[in-house]
Amino acid sequence: MLRHRLGPRPFLQFAILLIAAVVLFAAGATVLSNMARLGLTPGFGFLGQPASFEIGESPIAYRAGHLYARALLAGLVNTILVSAFGCVLATVFGTFIGLARLSRNLLLSGLAQGFVEIARNTPLLLQLFFWTAAAHALPTARHALQPLSGVFLSNRGVYLPWVALEGPSGAAFAACVTAAIVLPLLSLFTERRGVLLGLAGASGMAACGLLVFGAPGIGLDLPRLRGFNIAGGVSVSPEFAALLAGLTVHASAQVAEIVRAGVQSIPAGQWEASEALGMSRGATLRLVVLPQALRVIVPLLTSTYLDLVKNSSLAVAIGFPDFVSVANTAANQSGHAIEALTLVIAAYLTLNLSFSFAMNRYDASLARRGYARP
Amino acid sequence: MSEDGLIRRLWAGLFGGWANAALTSALLVGAWFALEPIIRWALIDATWTGDAKACAEQDGACWAFVGAKLRFILFAFYPFDEHWRAAAALALLLTLLVLLATPRFWSAWLAPLSLVLLAGACVLLGGWPGATDVPSSQWGGLPLSLLVTIASLSLGFPIGLALALGRRSDLPVPRWLCAAYIELVRGTPLIAVLYLAMLAMPLALPPGIELDKLVRGLIAMALFFAAYFAEIIRAGLQGLPDSQTEAALALGFSRIGALRHVVLPQALRAVMPALVTLAIGVLQSTTLLAAIGIFDLLNASRAAANDPAWLGFYDEAYAFAALIYFALCFGASRYGVWLEKRLNRASEGVR
Repeated sequence: MLRHRLGPRPFLQFAILLIAAVVLFAAGATVLSNMARLGLTPGFGFLGQPASFEIGESPIAYRAGHLYARALLAGLVNTILVSAFGCVLATVFGTFIGLARLSRNLLLSGLAQGFVEIARNTPLLLQLFFWTAAAHALPTARHALQPLSGVFLSNRGVYLPWVALEGPSGAAFAACVTAAIVLPLLSLFTERRGVLLGLAGASGMAACGLLVFGAPGIGLDLPRLRGFNIAGGVSVSPEFAALLAGLTVHASAQVAEIVRAGVQSIPAGQWEASEALGMSRGATLRLVVLPQALRVIVPLLTSTYLDLVKNSSLAVAIGFPDFVSVANTAANQSGHAIEALTLVIAAYLTLNLSFSFAMNRYDASLARRGYARP
Repeated sequence: MSEDGLIRRLWAGLFGGWANAALTSALLVGAWFALEPIIRWALIDATWTGDAKACAEQDGACWAFVGAKLRFILFAFYPFDEHWRAAAALALLLTLLVLLATPRFWSAWLAPLSLVLLAGACVLLGGWPGATDVPSSQWGGLPLSLLVTIASLSLGFPIGLALALGRRSDLPVPRWLCAAYIELVRGTPLIAVLYLAMLAMPLALPPGIELDKLVRGLIAMALFFAAYFAEIIRAGLQGLPDSQTEAALALGFSRIGALRHVVLPQALRAVMPALVTLAIGVLQSTTLLAAIGIFDLLNASRAAANDPAWLGFYDEAYAFAALIYFALCFGASRYGVWLEKRLNRASEGVR
């Protein structure tokens, strides 16, 4: 029976399994006895106890005295927020840098290459220190920089205009905008792209309609200078801004290299054929080269995104309360180090596995449409 | 290419065509506005000699600070009178790096030799009978960064090799175990692994056994990067056709002999450029040791600007550290490109 289950050399394999089990068991037993000695009850019960620490900033309501579970949730939301914005910004910014690197203008491609080399050859932590210093060196709120009207850069943080949504029409607008953004992303992973893209277009138009016809409950909330402070709009702390800038710049260097490799993987014959058909370079890039290059680019981008999410844990060094940082504080305060860090590993593992699942679906849909990954 | 051709190509690349020339001019103007304040700060308004008071009178960078705190940035809290030992360890580690990077020296005896050199660096830093004992909590700066990089690479490599072979094994149990370990570690941020080593490793050790903080950080980094090693080595093994093993077995090699003399030398050569990239990543990751209170080069630079006599010259400290990191990493990445070309040429020669 053992041979049936385990294949060749069942006894050797059984022995390996046994050794692994014994090592894990011994480590577990030591942990339990050490925790008993320190007067700790192992388990996740501590999540239901009040936490005694504050969190610098949290998108969900939290203060000292709330439960550990709520503190960890706040950290998790912070990580997700900074990672999501970072992924989007790095993709946009990195694609432009990658295309600039391929430009026939030597100065433009040289500047893009210089940017990539600096971002790749200095430690990310050092870059984060730089951005933190830059964010704190901004002028005070009264003398805040205003690169665009309604955008304030100050050492208290960054203030941006925000749409104020109220009532049913506000909720409908938010739903339409979300659908218009999420559906095209989903369409990457399925064969029925037309249906999803059509729905996305319809919801985009509905959102525009609501905006144009001035439905009640939709307004623009502009930040304004009030006394020594800035009020209104949406604000971002200097730490969040520094972390986002650092992660974006670091990842966009990787994105740039991936985009360049993807475009260069397309044979020169494609460019020449398009030129013979009378297409401009820009049109060739947009309509011929990039759609084919995406097959190479998208799988590599996934690992860049995963790196970015993992790198967001460097937040702890610049004082931004991300998930790992809050878990570490919780571990120190409660003594339940192993449990808190198990939660961290579980969260990141879930994220990784769901990303690879989505990637496999994407690969499968490419293969069904006749593009095997090269 | 002749000099004339080069100039013509440069001219065409910068000013060939109206759109191109306009773009170049716009970029030049933009670059001037971006770079002028930096050049002014770093060179024109900078203070090169003097003390903190002289620096405060000028607007620009205070390079006098780097001059005054140079030994602290490079060696951190290592006892001042024993700095020559830290410098000797640094020289030893740099020699080891050069040895490891020279393809001519790649052979089986390089492994024991690098272990001897690493141990030598540790003895130099820690002390030997008759010399002052320096506990590892006082080690720091550039020698520490390089020591941790090389040590976690040398420890991570054999573990990664074992994991890669295990993941390609015919036996399901080691295959599952290795795959589970690799995926688990690759999905976890290094900083969480370092915290695990700080907070959880002491709990998992029997009472009475205490591991030094540096040793725990080193073990964590070696186990962490072993998973990345494993994936790179596995790629090399997968790139090699099965016929190589089959031919070796037909010639009478044992399975282990075929692996050692036929498969691994080819597979490892093929992935050397990827291993260089990994080594750059390891060096950059040593900066995270600051999170567990170890004074690597970056953390030492930061601490240098905490000195009451030179308070707050963080920009200069970071700029100096950035220069060192950039020199090491950029050099290594150029070396990786050179190596890839050389290996391609060598394999074409064989064919």
